[in-house]
Amino acid sequence: MTQIVSAPALEMRGITKRYPGVVANDGIDLEIRPGEIHALLGENGAGKSTLMNVLYGLATPDSGEILLDGKTVTIDGPADAIARGISMVHQHFMLVPVLSVADNILLGDETMANPIFLDRQEARRRIVDLGKRFGFDIDPEMKVESLSVGWQQRVELLKALYRSARILVLDEPTAVLTPQETKDIFAVLRRLADEGHSIIFISHKLFEVLEIADRITVIRRGRVVGTRVPSETNEADLAELMVGRNVQLVVDRGESHPGGPALIVRNLRVTDDRGHESVKDVSFEVRAGEIFGIAGVAGNGQEELVEALTGLRAPSSGRVTLGDKDVTRHGPRALQKAGMSFVPGDRHRFGLVLSFPLEDNLILTQYDEPPYSRGLVRNDGAIHAWANKAIAEYDIRTPSATAIAGTLSGGNQQKTIVAREFSRKLTALVLDQPTRGLDVGSIEFIHRQVIAKRDAGAAILLVSAELDEVLELSDRVAVMYRGEIVGVVDGPTAEREEVGLLMATGRRGAVAGVALAAATHVAAAPGDEA
Amino acid sequence: MTNMRRIWALSVIPIVSIILALLVGSLLIIASSLATGDSLNLLLPFVAYESLLEGATGLSLIDLNAADVPSLALSVDVERAARAVTNTLAAAAPLVLTGLAVGVGFKAGLFNIGGTGQVLVGGFTAALMGAAVAEQPVPVAVTLALVAGALGGAFYGFIPGALKAFTGAHEVVSTIMLNSLAAFIIVGLVNDVFKITGPTFARTADVGNAALPILFGRNGSLGILVVLAIIPITYFLLFRTTLGFEIRTVGANPSAARYAGMSPRWLIILTMSLCGLFAGLAGAIEILTLGYYPAVFGTSIGFAGITVALLGRAHPIGILLAGLMLGGMRAGAPSMQITANIPIEIIDVLQGLILLFLAAEIVIRRLLRIRADRITPSELGTVARTYGEGTV
Repeated sequence: MTQIVSAPALEMRGITKRYPGVVANDGIDLEIRPGEIHALLGENGAGKSTLMNVLYGLATPDSGEILLDGKTVTIDGPADAIARGISMVHQHFMLVPVLSVADNILLGDETMANPIFLDRQEARRRIVDLGKRFGFDIDPEMKVESLSVGWQQRVELLKALYRSARILVLDEPTAVLTPQETKDIFAVLRRLADEGHSIIFISHKLFEVLEIADRITVIRRGRVVGTRVPSETNEADLAELMVGRNVQLVVDRGESHPGGPALIVRNLRVTDDRGHESVKDVSFEVRAGEIFGIAGVAGNGQEELVEALTGLRAPSSGRVTLGDKDVTRHGPRALQKAGMSFVPGDRHRFGLVLSFPLEDNLILTQYDEPPYSRGLVRNDGAIHAWANKAIAEYDIRTPSATAIAGTLSGGNQQKTIVAREFSRKLTALVLDQPTRGLDVGSIEFIHRQVIAKRDAGAAILLVSAELDEVLELSDRVAVMYRGEIVGVVDGPTAEREEVGLLMATGRRGAVAGVALAAATHVAAAPGDEA
Repeated sequence: MTNMRRIWALSVIPIVSIILALLVGSLLIIASSLATGDSLNLLLPFVAYESLLEGATGLSLIDLNAADVPSLALSVDVERAARAVTNTLAAAAPLVLTGLAVGVGFKAGLFNIGGTGQVLVGGFTAALMGAAVAEQPVPVAVTLALVAGALGGAFYGFIPGALKAFTGAHEVVSTIMLNSLAAFIIVGLVNDVFKITGPTFARTADVGNAALPILFGRNGSLGILVVLAIIPITYFLLFRTTLGFEIRTVGANPSAARYAGMSPRWLIILTMSLCGLFAGLAGAIEILTLGYYPAVFGTSIGFAGITVALLGRAHPIGILLAGLMLGGMRAGAPSMQITANIPIEIIDVLQGLILLFLAAEIVIRRLLRIRADRITPSELGTVARTYGEGTV
């Protein structure tokens, strides 16, 4: 912890930025000290991104000033920001998968031997040195696509360090990492801070923020509502600051009363687009009134499993039974009619038509059923009535039922999908990453709805990269590793570490040290295989 | 308010494109006057565009007889206006249809460049059917010939649709090839199989009673009414039926369409057939106005449909307006040639410039600082994207 109070490396004073109809930043003050990890916490739409865009020169503030080392500066675009030592690591990596680590790092800031040729040797040496300095060995010649996400993130960090960044902005860096990878990256960040780098860590995961940050600034509706030191706060306090009211962080799951098996999967095998078998002989059953969770590092076959279960991909063998009906190889329409609802993981790709009005999205899977259609003609009256009802019931914040879906926040988009899929008559519900990228308020709301559906007797399959989400909601948790289910544990009593280990190694009960080594060893495995 | 904003967001680029095209066109008009040896006349573009407007609508803005320097004076000669408007409507009718043939495709994320081929096949089947029923009563003959043209075009749209749905063949490539195929096969057929004896040039038999009846003026034919009826029908189909919802969903987000249980494969075939139907009807109207199918039948309405669809933002109402605009230009061109001595081909240049500026939307937005709106549909995205690769 930085106890020495030194001059701030970065100061943002009274930053105000208005967009038509909203004040995204309303007089925000932010002070970042040298060698400090400073967390920026806030719900989606609170103004974190706007503030960082101002810092990175992507947006011009209406008023306020930015001071670097005590001197007022005007940041004129990202290139200028980088030249002044500010670097941003985006949530979605900005890497070219087919290029090597070294080429990715050089891209945009080429180290030249002479005016024509690159000095690859010098670049290589600098990259290896930088890696060593911050505690990781990286081979600059590796292709980025063969690296795991955790390592890709290190490449992003190296890219920033290579450009002599002193202030690093990390936008939700752990969103795509396993608990182990998160731990590793935190160690790297701590070393960077110890070397005097300042880190702005944007997140909405409260426990992570408490673990890594020296100070935490909370933003709500464009204003700073408080700055905290981890030792003097806790998750509940931060959540309340963030949302402005008391939030139930872990939804009360109550008792579940499972009935008979409703969704039965037997010996399912699924191949991916490249012909690799990514689901290998998977069998499980989900009982009515039960939440069956699937945990696993992204890319271990969950996506293909979900696609096969929801009719988007034909399995190569195996059997899927819904209720007492064989639904293997049924298309999405047939599955929907048979009583399956599906909240897809990629809401922009599958769940919504972003250019359509909200009300059209609310009937996307029911548009051809009464009362939304009369024969071949849409019943706009019924669609409108349902949309208004859904907006009220599912607390979708929108100017109107005809607002374009793409203009809504992520949380409201997801609530739209949840409203649509949960309102059907259903036997089974497949939830793929139901709260990815959402703020605590929306997560709480959706979790409550899931529990309500469980209590109403739905068989729920929950697939999530958020281990905590799976553990909090599921009655039973299966861990997928390299296309297989390597273990099933009881949800309420499962140990986070045990499941994390299964996710990383596919084995349980290994000795801690060995496990860690194994975890680092296999980190790149899913990438290799794919 | 929001509706007005939405309409503005949709129409700003088409309007800017037209203005820019007219500006660049005026430079060409000035240059052309130099090339023909006349003295430099900076007012020539005004004269040219004024006579174009007058030829298209009958509205006269400038009193040319008043003095050396023309003065502004709005005048309308009712009889002349009626004639001009009829000419414009007659020229616009097939353009609106070929515009729909491209625009409805855009709605489904398809880029139908096959308008030309579909027009030819539709015109040809209408001519054959027309000749076959030439002796039937007019209502029967006309209906049968129009339906035959529409179905002929639909069949010619079905082919690239089916190719795409089942083999993944890109519709841009296949429709371009089918255009040439249609042109050459039909020329061959007219020259050999269906040629009639008598005329000095090769053509099919007269369509007789299947010729489109003239309802008003010199050339205000039934075709105009057909088109005016098709606009609301298309609007209803696209925006009020479940099928239209499916078509629009597949165009806006094919993955979401699949997730929602729609069948992109079937929708691609259906939409391409529908596009072909519109273009085929356009061909039928052209041929049934002419009265026979000539071997040398060349037409530009198929390709002009691309400009119409982009200018009309792939919306039935927009396409109607865009069709009227381009139809008006075609109708007014002769008057411009006579009054301002500007070659008629300048119209094609203007049309090309409009298309160029429409396609350069991103550049224009940047230069003129017109903010992109999130609700703006992206027909250009469809043009640019190789849609439907891999699994459909």
